[in-house]
Amino acid sequence: MKKALILILLSLVVLSFSFAGGKQEAPKEQEKAPVKEEKPAEEPKKAAAGGTLVFGSSGDAVRLDPADVTDGESIQRMDNIFEGLVEYEPGSTEVKPALATSWEFSDDGKEITFNLRKGVKFHDGTDFNADAVVFSFARQYDTNHPYHGYGEWAYWGYMFSDIKEVVKIDDYKVKIILSNVNASIMTSLAMFTCNIVSPANAEKYGEDAFKNPSGTGPFKFVEWVKDDHITLERNENYWRAPAKLDRVIFKVIPDASARLLSLEVGEVQGIEYPNPADFDRIRKNKDLVLMSEPGMNIGYMAMNTGYGYVDANKNGIWDPEEKLEKTPGYFEPLTKKKVRQAINYAIDKASITKNIYLETASPAVNGMPPFMLGYNDQIKDYGYNPEKAKQLLAEAGYPNGFEVTLHVMPVSRPYMFDPPKIGEAIQSYLAAVGIKVNFYQIDWGTYLQETEAGKHQMCLLGWTGDNGDPDNFLNVLYGANAGNIGAAGNYAFYMDKRNQELLSMALQTYDVDDRAKYYKEAQERIHEDAGWVYLAHARQSLVFRNNVKGYILHPTSRKFFYPVTLE
Amino acid sequence: MKWYIIKRLLQLIPVLLGASILAFSLIHLAPGDPARTMAGEHASVQTLEKIREKYGLDKPLPVQYGIWLGGVLKGDMGKSIVSNESVTREIMDRFPNTVELAFCAMIIAVAVGIIAGIISASKQYSPLDYTTMGVALFGVSMPVFWLGIMLLMIFGVILRWLPIGGRMSISIPFERVTGFYIFDSIIKLNGKALVSSIRHLILPSIALGTIPMATIARVTRSSMLEVLRQDFIRTERAKGLSERLVIYRHAVRNSMIPVVTVIGLNFGLLLAGALLTETVFSWPGIGRYVINAVGMRDYPVVQGCVMFFAFIFVLVNLIADILYIYIDPRIKYD
Repeated sequence: MKKALILILLSLVVLSFSFAGGKQEAPKEQEKAPVKEEKPAEEPKKAAAGGTLVFGSSGDAVRLDPADVTDGESIQRMDNIFEGLVEYEPGSTEVKPALATSWEFSDDGKEITFNLRKGVKFHDGTDFNADAVVFSFARQYDTNHPYHGYGEWAYWGYMFSDIKEVVKIDDYKVKIILSNVNASIMTSLAMFTCNIVSPANAEKYGEDAFKNPSGTGPFKFVEWVKDDHITLERNENYWRAPAKLDRVIFKVIPDASARLLSLEVGEVQGIEYPNPADFDRIRKNKDLVLMSEPGMNIGYMAMNTGYGYVDANKNGIWDPEEKLEKTPGYFEPLTKKKVRQAINYAIDKASITKNIYLETASPAVNGMPPFMLGYNDQIKDYGYNPEKAKQLLAEAGYPNGFEVTLHVMPVSRPYMFDPPKIGEAIQSYLAAVGIKVNFYQIDWGTYLQETEAGKHQMCLLGWTGDNGDPDNFLNVLYGANAGNIGAAGNYAFYMDKRNQELLSMALQTYDVDDRAKYYKEAQERIHEDAGWVYLAHARQSLVFRNNVKGYILHPTSRKFFYPVTLE
Repeated sequence: MKWYIIKRLLQLIPVLLGASILAFSLIHLAPGDPARTMAGEHASVQTLEKIREKYGLDKPLPVQYGIWLGGVLKGDMGKSIVSNESVTREIMDRFPNTVELAFCAMIIAVAVGIIAGIISASKQYSPLDYTTMGVALFGVSMPVFWLGIMLLMIFGVILRWLPIGGRMSISIPFERVTGFYIFDSIIKLNGKALVSSIRHLILPSIALGTIPMATIARVTRSSMLEVLRQDFIRTERAKGLSERLVIYRHAVRNSMIPVVTVIGLNFGLLLAGALLTETVFSWPGIGRYVINAVGMRDYPVVQGCVMFFAFIFVLVNLIADILYIYIDPRIKYD
């Protein structure tokens, strides 16, 4: 009897906790919750709307050093703590002044002198000046720099190899010296890896600087509870008007359904990567707003045309003395253009976009998104035409089709939500014209290794743009220089010389019209050779509660909370 | 008894060594390159090579193992390739989170499981018996992530009684001391935090506890049934003791040995991480962490975690073995 009583009492106590908390979960918008250090909350300079915005992320940050990361989760947090010399206009990839007030190019186009903004301070109170700029860049490229060893600087070699040196002219003037003219350099400088970090902070924390970030941005770092959340609070000394929000908290919610449920009850005010299957539910809920726009990406199927080059001198360029060699995945039928074109005709992209992407993407015609400079809208897509496909196959000498292997990605990517389903769709479309597709799946790291080595016959892949420049798509993905066996980015191994010539010329002139002209011609050649089936450009989708105002989607999927207010 | 414990602890050394060799070999045999996953798709060959050199990934495997083992013997499990943080720190940041959750899940599993098992055994073949075992079967068959989402939907969204996930409400100021939030809230006399932590623990503990609950219920039931058939039970009944006393004072204690074994094993397993529960309930635990590390081929983290799990598992089962002595005084260790 006694034991039963104790049990009942215990359960009552536990049950009472369910009611004790009540509706405390949603942070009250006008309340200023004290921060971890128990400091008295500061009054904002202006009559700000205030409030805390909690954003539901799909994962935790890896590191908080903007130059040392490649993953979207880390970038999200850092884009609100740090800034660069230039930044993007809201919602576009046009570049405007930020920490630099103006700049000018030298006559030969290889030197850019920047005038820096005065009176800007880092979150740790030290001054922003030319030393900080030089520090932020030099630690990435200068192997003798004392802080070079603290990071991997993964983007430097790939995006900024044309930057030879960054020098200080005086306290508020720096010069960036290029080894080659590079038309995409300004948009590249707006990327997160060029954000300026506090040298004093790096000195103070040494190799722990990656978890104690100090920048010039609208929010400063408060705390990082691993895998749980990161808290930022308003920077009252921001060089622009301080942000309206008191705090921004990035909460880690790995499961997409749990993220949506959190948003529905108001525990978070915004989420990323909602489940496309939940879009109807979101639209029906009048407390929620679905924001969606075309993303800067492409999802495609690449067909190995057979030959690549080996970059013996590792300069990233297909030199004349480097001969073409068969790739390991060489497959006779795919070396024939008619076969590749036939495959293009056999696949119904509209149906794939509608039924598998579930309207989270738009069908693609070319290898880069339509809103970018130089997009060739005159190119007519191959279209869905199985009869034509069969005819071309017969003409190419394969009236009865053939058997081929398709590398299918094991992970969900921003540009391709469900690769296995897409693989199945392609398999059935190709089966209808006599081509039997076998699947090959392996873990993501190995997948990239194998496709870069040209071991595939056909593969599913894609790309998310980094800086909004067409070179970042066309030259990286479709140029012959990227057809190097072992480190390829050009997975069809399309080795056309004229195409690469066009792409290189477009990079080396600052004349926007010339660039557009070259890119348009390049796209025609790429389309004609049919090394790829361009499937879709995925849209990026975020969901917010309807009291969140002022958020602007950015094509690169980066997230900036500075203009946001809570009603 | 002292010597028994010391002997068992000494046995830890070969166990840990074996576990580390196994973990090292398996994770290195798996295809995939941590340099690649770290640097992202956009990295150049030079960057990848630099990364490999920096972490010693280009050295022969036995050399890499030797270097790592040398570090471990000095107390340094190395640094995570992905996050640059020390492995020890990463584990300590997350392990208490998992312990707290596993502990609460086990409390629920043990309480409900043992009671269900006892009731089933004492009323064998009754409708109650079948119902209880049926519910146990349901509990172990339901996928944890489905059960988790259902609990969230019902108690979190529809009824709005409990929070959706995480360990504590973000708006409550809180100072993390040990990582056991209940303990930390008590020692800091933070009432709001205490309530919030408990509320956040309820649903994940239930979801996580259903699987061991089912096993414990079944083992309790079968062990009790065996004990109830024994002669001394007949003697007790003959003595005139009430059925309740027979069961609760005599039968239960005698049937606990296999149950304690099962509890020990299950607790050890839960401590190695409850990946699905941690994902659905956004619980920052070690399970989620180590699975991510495997996917990214973060070798030092995987090796460190596996050794750590082996250590914990041995420890938990040692405690279970010692508990036997208190349950059954006839058991002696030399």
